[in-house]
Amino acid sequence: MAGLAAKRARKQRAFRWTVLIVLGTFFLLPLAAMVEFSTRNSETWPLLVDWPQLSATYPDLANGIVSSLGQAALTSLLMLVLLVPTAIWVRLRLPKLRPLVEFLCLLPLTIPAIVLVVGLAPVYAWVNYLIGGSSLTLVFAYTILVLPYAYRAIDAGLSAIDVKTLAEAARSLGSGWMTVIWRVVLPNIRSAVLSAAFLTVALVLGEFTIASLLHRTNLQVAIDYLGKSSATMSVAVSLAALLLAFVLLIVLSLFGDRRTTAKEKS
Amino acid sequence: MTGVAVHLEGLRRTFGATHALDNLDLRIEPGELIALLGPSGCGKTTALRILAGLDDADAGRVLVGGKDVTGLPASKRGMGMVFQAYSLFPHLDAQRNVEFGLRLRGRKDAATRSAEMLELVGLAGFAKRFPHQLSGGQQQRVALARALAIEPQVLLLDEPLSALDAKVRVQLRDEIRRIQTEVGTTTLFVTHDQEEALAVADRVGVMKSGKLEQLAAPAEIYQKPATAFVADFVGLSNRLAGTVHGDVVEVLGTRLPLVTPHTGGSAVTALVRPEAVGVTPDATSEAKVLTASFLGPTSRVTVTAGDQLVVAQVPSGQLPSLTPGTAVRLELQPVPVALQD
Repeated sequence: MAGLAAKRARKQRAFRWTVLIVLGTFFLLPLAAMVEFSTRNSETWPLLVDWPQLSATYPDLANGIVSSLGQAALTSLLMLVLLVPTAIWVRLRLPKLRPLVEFLCLLPLTIPAIVLVVGLAPVYAWVNYLIGGSSLTLVFAYTILVLPYAYRAIDAGLSAIDVKTLAEAARSLGSGWMTVIWRVVLPNIRSAVLSAAFLTVALVLGEFTIASLLHRTNLQVAIDYLGKSSATMSVAVSLAALLLAFVLLIVLSLFGDRRTTAKEKS
Repeated sequence: MTGVAVHLEGLRRTFGATHALDNLDLRIEPGELIALLGPSGCGKTTALRILAGLDDADAGRVLVGGKDVTGLPASKRGMGMVFQAYSLFPHLDAQRNVEFGLRLRGRKDAATRSAEMLELVGLAGFAKRFPHQLSGGQQQRVALARALAIEPQVLLLDEPLSALDAKVRVQLRDEIRRIQTEVGTTTLFVTHDQEEALAVADRVGVMKSGKLEQLAAPAEIYQKPATAFVADFVGLSNRLAGTVHGDVVEVLGTRLPLVTPHTGGSAVTALVRPEAVGVTPDATSEAKVLTASFLGPTSRVTVTAGDQLVVAQVPSGQLPSLTPGTAVRLELQPVPVALQD
């Protein structure tokens, strides 16, 4: 029996390693190629971390990076301001509307970006007219784009706690609705809110289609332009952006793990 | 601290076609603990939630200390509440949970008061523990301390013991009564557990379909149930065929007084408590013991008498003489009985 179990365990281990190596190669090979290509010119990476020099040499790229960071920050903020109170309110006061809200929030996932742009173009004609053509105006479109991911994250956080009872306990102790949200619900869905924010940042930093088709600047659009004049630099920036997204996701998973482990230990 | 009077006046509440509360009137005297008892869906929790301000009545008024608070939101009612589900804020330790309501009121003595309250509920050494580091019983104690810390006008307990195991339930139940007597807060305790209600309350209100069937002291509820529903819901009852003769009913050859006068036909079903049935071995009797179960200080004996099954509660010392098959004589104590509707 023991021999059979050991044999099965060995087989499973071999299978796991095979899958890991095949998939690892599939994902890492292009990245390795990017590293190799972007290090052919020894000046590329040093230039990338020297901001004054980078913005003087590639002003469009610098502009794209600043725009993308601004868009990521503002989109996260707008998403949280809109979504967190809505999700809490729907759970507490309008539970029957939950399926509808969930459907609406997931809708952008089913609509291709190109179709979204067709719909957004006339809207952005008005946005241009009313508040100008700044690339930060993309924040409105991006907020819609991140809804499926952000809503899922926040909803999962709310599912993990008994929002109704906590809110009622807080109200019976004298809290108004704002205090309930700010001092009772938010601290208990902190990791879910952070997840939503990180996912938003990752998504916005990688967005190309809408920005390009609406003639706005962001990191991906700048990389695309740069690719036509300096392929090495464009690949280096792509790799850096990818690494940033990885770091964000790793931080996110570490944060989630730490909270879980802390709870289990206690 | 002295309690205030609470008056629920003509409360009505419907959920779709269901009448959760049907013109409910309830008056709680200052410092009194009333337990609302009833089966699921009888409206007891709805009544408590309306008193707390967590739900709105369709009609009727809520008066606390003579003041109409019907339109006041929950946050302005100054009522302490302990919920059935664990309701401590998970991100705050026990002390900060207790301080929560005090800090909202800007109380400078929040830390001292919270320490006092934790001591009152016997958790002085647990101030820095987070809810997930406390057992269910400890969490409910902290919730009680948190509810009492704000010196509420009224304390509301919504089945606070139902998630706990049997032993902790009894301990905490007694402690709730001790603390309530000590602080003197007017209290409404909602439960579906009759033993709990009878043990802690000054008066018990038995509810059915949104109405109060009877509101009386625990002993009266048990011994003189006003309706068949109360007799049936509170404690065990034998359903025995009887014949009404004026203001008494004859059951198994014994005449028993009626709780309420009977106006219908003479053939009735009387509800007789097992402890009102005496069982004595008697070889000449036709009644025979069917089963006998040892329950500790008392035992339960089932007897077949003609086509009727009678359950009796007897002292365990009698058990050896009441083995299955023994011929026995049944004697009913002349305590008032209710008749089934």
